[in-house]
Amino acid sequence: MSTSTGREIILKVEGLSANYGQITALRSISFEVAKGEVAVVLGANGAGKTTTLRAVCNMPVVSSTGKVTLGGEDVSKKDTADIVGRGVAHVPQGRGTFPELSVMDNLEVGAYVRKGSFSEDIDKYFEMFPRLAERRDQLAGSLSGGEQQMLAVARALMSRPEVLLLDEPSLGLAPLIIQDLFKTFGELNKTEGVTMLIVEQNANLALGIADHGYVLEAGEIVLQGRAEDLQNDSSIQDAYLGA
Amino acid sequence: MQLFLQRLFDGLTLGAIYAVVAVALVLIFKATTLINFAQGELAMFGAFIAYVLAVEQGLPILIAIALAMVISSVMGAVIERVLVRPFDPTDHLPVVLITLGVFLILNAVAGEIWNYQPRAFPSLFPKGPDDYVSIGGARLFYDGLGTWAMLALMMGALYVILNWTKTGLAFRAVSSNTESARLVGIRTGRTLMFGWALACAFGTLGASLVAPRLFLQPNMMATLLIFSFAAAALGGLDSLPGAVLGGIGIGLIQSLLVGYLGDWGPLEFLRNLSLAVAFVVILIVLSFKPSGLFGTSRVERV
Repeated sequence: MSTSTGREIILKVEGLSANYGQITALRSISFEVAKGEVAVVLGANGAGKTTTLRAVCNMPVVSSTGKVTLGGEDVSKKDTADIVGRGVAHVPQGRGTFPELSVMDNLEVGAYVRKGSFSEDIDKYFEMFPRLAERRDQLAGSLSGGEQQMLAVARALMSRPEVLLLDEPSLGLAPLIIQDLFKTFGELNKTEGVTMLIVEQNANLALGIADHGYVLEAGEIVLQGRAEDLQNDSSIQDAYLGA
Repeated sequence: MQLFLQRLFDGLTLGAIYAVVAVALVLIFKATTLINFAQGELAMFGAFIAYVLAVEQGLPILIAIALAMVISSVMGAVIERVLVRPFDPTDHLPVVLITLGVFLILNAVAGEIWNYQPRAFPSLFPKGPDDYVSIGGARLFYDGLGTWAMLALMMGALYVILNWTKTGLAFRAVSSNTESARLVGIRTGRTLMFGWALACAFGTLGASLVAPRLFLQPNMMATLLIFSFAAAALGGLDSLPGAVLGGIGIGLIQSLLVGYLGDWGPLEFLRNLSLAVAFVVILIVLSFKPSGLFGTSRVERV
């Protein structure tokens, strides 16, 4: 399925609303992610970024309404495990590694939805992230924050996803490490063609590798457009780019 | 020396039995971070099934116990699916109350079916007065050796299942981080069901090992369960090797520490208070190491 511009839409979210009990977290937001592109949702703390990703994967706690379409199929009512099985990999906020499992086991469990051998993928990510290769037998819990984020990303990619969701990957990391990380994301997108949906506060870095951007404020999308247009938008510069 | 060896062997055998049940408790704790109070009664029920198969149906005891392990694993899976899964896993109180309810129901049902008369349970291993090897004058009964072997076998099987199979990997992932487990596509409910099934199978094995010593009756597990709780707490509630060492530790405390203390006249009364002595030791250990000897101490990053 493709739109008029010829982009193939992998993930389409329409009229998504979400509540935590009495608290409304999202008010009917819509956005889409096209194959091979990076979409970024920008927003401050509490804007609803994490909720957006959780609702896409139908994670618990959220009660959400709206339509989530994955490769043309409505998955709004599917279990998280089904959604993951259909090609969504989600790196949650706070990395979401398995601290009591070794680095190797973390990667193996990342391939849980796949059948057959996946050792070449492990080799590939060990090559991409040599730090992980050095620590393959260590428990994930003993890694540094940056290494854990690498592990979480590699773990997510092990499932060979159609779309990779990243929930504030920069959170709690040192600036230099964040820069490296986004460089890696950009390379993954360009060389491997990994489609990504990133929610971030760090607008500068995120827009730098993105094709499309959405700005989320208090549960509503207030602005959207091509990434380079957003980077030049004065209201964005004031609110997020600190210019 | 002879007395020491004898007490050592007795302690190790007792400890191995505690360890088997403690491992079952730890499996469920790892999966759900809660104590399954029904574990003992589930195990007792399993031992009764083995009894029916062996004594009433005439099957060889080994096959009867193996079948009973299979049947009780199905029971465990059904309990997880029907009684545990509908509840929010982060809210422990309802599930703890349910395991207490299962405890009472199974005890009453077993009493109704099999009454409270103690029954002799056939032993897996030769258990005659002469079935022992003599080491330094102390008697190491085949029954004790067999119990150790079963514990070793069980831990070996558990190691293989948890480390070499996909389901085992999923189980470890769920017990490490349930939410992320869901995000890699693991059906966490099914994985927990598997944990319950495994725990119930091992519980039945533990009860079947202890039944020849205690006689089979619906209340047989009460004391054993408390010692096994103690073993699991000592080892660290989320550590399987810890459960084994904790079990053996409690067995040795009971047999060696209480034995020798009780040899001294003024402390003779302690012989009847081995449980209390075991708890004093645990209290001391836990006040220095709150997560047990081998448990994971939870550190939150802020």
